[in-house]
Amino acid sequence: MALVRARPRPPDLLRPPVRLPELGPSRWQWRGPRAPLRLIGVLAVAGVFVLPFFNASTYLMQIMTSAYIYVMLAMGLNVVVGYAGLLDLGYIAFFAVGAYTSGIATTRLGLSQVQAIPLVIGICVLAGVIIGGPTLRLRSDYLAIVTLGFGEIIRVTANNLQVTGGPAGIYAIPGWQFFGWRLRDGFTIGGLKFNGQVTFYYFVALIVIVLGVLGISQIARGRLGRAWKAVRDDEDAAEAMGINTYQAKITAYIIGAVWAGLAGQLMATQQSAISPPSFQFLHSALILMAVVLGGMGSTPGVIIGALFISLAPEFLRGVSDWRYLFFGLLLIVVMIFRPAGLWPATSLLPWSRDRRLQAETGPPSTAVKSDHRERT
Amino acid sequence: MIQVIVNGLSVGAFYALVALGYSMVYGIIKLLNFAHGDIYMLGAYVGFVVLGALTSWLSLPTALGLVLVTLVTMALTGGAGVLMERVAYRPIRHAPRLSLLITAVGLSFALEYGVRQIFGPKPSHFPVQIDAGSVNLFGATITTARIIVILVAGVLMVVLSLFVAKTRQGRAMRAIALDAKAARLMGIDVDRTISLVFFIGSALAGAAGVLAGAVYGTIDFLMGFIIGIKAFTAAVIGGIGNLYGAMLGGVALGLLESFGVAWLGGQWRDVFSFLCLILFLTFRPTGILGGRVVERM
Repeated sequence: MALVRARPRPPDLLRPPVRLPELGPSRWQWRGPRAPLRLIGVLAVAGVFVLPFFNASTYLMQIMTSAYIYVMLAMGLNVVVGYAGLLDLGYIAFFAVGAYTSGIATTRLGLSQVQAIPLVIGICVLAGVIIGGPTLRLRSDYLAIVTLGFGEIIRVTANNLQVTGGPAGIYAIPGWQFFGWRLRDGFTIGGLKFNGQVTFYYFVALIVIVLGVLGISQIARGRLGRAWKAVRDDEDAAEAMGINTYQAKITAYIIGAVWAGLAGQLMATQQSAISPPSFQFLHSALILMAVVLGGMGSTPGVIIGALFISLAPEFLRGVSDWRYLFFGLLLIVVMIFRPAGLWPATSLLPWSRDRRLQAETGPPSTAVKSDHRERT
Repeated sequence: MIQVIVNGLSVGAFYALVALGYSMVYGIIKLLNFAHGDIYMLGAYVGFVVLGALTSWLSLPTALGLVLVTLVTMALTGGAGVLMERVAYRPIRHAPRLSLLITAVGLSFALEYGVRQIFGPKPSHFPVQIDAGSVNLFGATITTARIIVILVAGVLMVVLSLFVAKTRQGRAMRAIALDAKAARLMGIDVDRTISLVFFIGSALAGAAGVLAGAVYGTIDFLMGFIIGIKAFTAAVIGGIGNLYGAMLGGVALGLLESFGVAWLGGQWRDVFSFLCLILFLTFRPTGILGGRVVERM
């Protein structure tokens, strides 16, 4: 009697080889189960661009611009948390670094905003290396608390230093200016005059949507993105496959830092004044919530999450005091019942006919597997 | 000089009390419980409410009343800790670490802003304050409050270490920290023991919260945030997961901070201790006592 009986093969292996999920830089596919989603995405982007033709009130433009800055931040944090699986609780620190670098460079050093961009990127890369370098070698949960401490360090330092203006912060930060044309001047299309607020809206929408969304999703589909996901799902296995896990993690961290820094520069130019209270832990937590609620590693999910988190207080005026309590509880509930987020990376429209794609690509490719309750 | 040391010791006593819960929970289920600092805050508010109720019904002497309030608060925050574990952590205990951490952040957020909704964003004034004068020792002025804090923390720590070292429950905790699966095979009720660890850790944090309210006089809904990070720093300095490490780390961090403040000025206090954290994690992530030989709790 054989002690070890051969098990019958699972039926999965007997099926003919299936088409592999998208690997490598994607081509835009206009057929297949995900096409309706792409169409909705394109329509949404188009809608964003024509919105000011219908309503260009200062209020609407302001909240939408802030929402786009949130989207930018959430896209950057998504790289760190969603793709690489590193919990960063001081993400707002990089936002502060970007904002303060741009503020100091333009008000103290006399650079223009455009000239400040390389400086912002450089300083953010440096900050990412300084904080990520020593801690990324450690267990991932140590990183969470170190980043939490780092966020406080940056805020307290900004509060105490002379060059950052202390508690008053930096004010009169100049806006964007290209070849003598200033954003503030606005422009006219077809007899409609667009003021500075609206041009800022266009500019931010353009940068956020092009850079933030397409850039990150292209990187995530490529070699680097696959390395991140491998590290996230099983660091030891990834290392055994020849991935330099440390390098993959620090790249994710640096990209996240740069995205946040650019968002910080946008914020500094939008508000033209920055001060330490804008960079509290609260904001790090809100961006994390945007990523987690929307769906870690899912581009549309993260965008929806960021819009929800940033616009919710505007729509829920009367009860907005309760929103933080509500967000906190929502975070717990989502983690327990829907850990892949509200719009997971592999989601399809519910009425889509070909729902097999989901089965073929395996479990949802997010850090949190939905079947964890069956394991012991 | 002695002033600096005594200040450091009394601040360190707070850190140690909160760090113990952090370290115990980490030791037993490898979870960084971010909401632990908020249990400290919850303790201060529970103490605030209980004290208010007690002083209106009974007229006890302040000292006795404070002891009673501390015990009641410890029971209540301990219960809160158990509830927290049962509702939020247990369903996903075997999920990837990231989702546990995120749940902990959500819990911390919910506690902070839940308390804010009830008591308002402004700091509340603690009804009783320990200010029974001060003692002169080697030329340093030491308030009675500081001495009481150090004594209470010391007593609680001695009781805890006796509990963990001598009782059956304590042995079960150590067994689970070593190997949860093997402990379960040996017939230890793992879930119950984990609940107990949450109870003890949260009770200690609650006691620290009441003490903080009685010593500093004001409490607010964000008071747990910084002390949560500090307590973690203390736990790391001592060697996370190690009971004596948490006590040692708390005192060490208190002293380091006290000297740092004397040297750099008060506004750099937090920056200084977080830099200590980063340096320790870089050069000695296992902490002072966290070597492999040391028994882990």
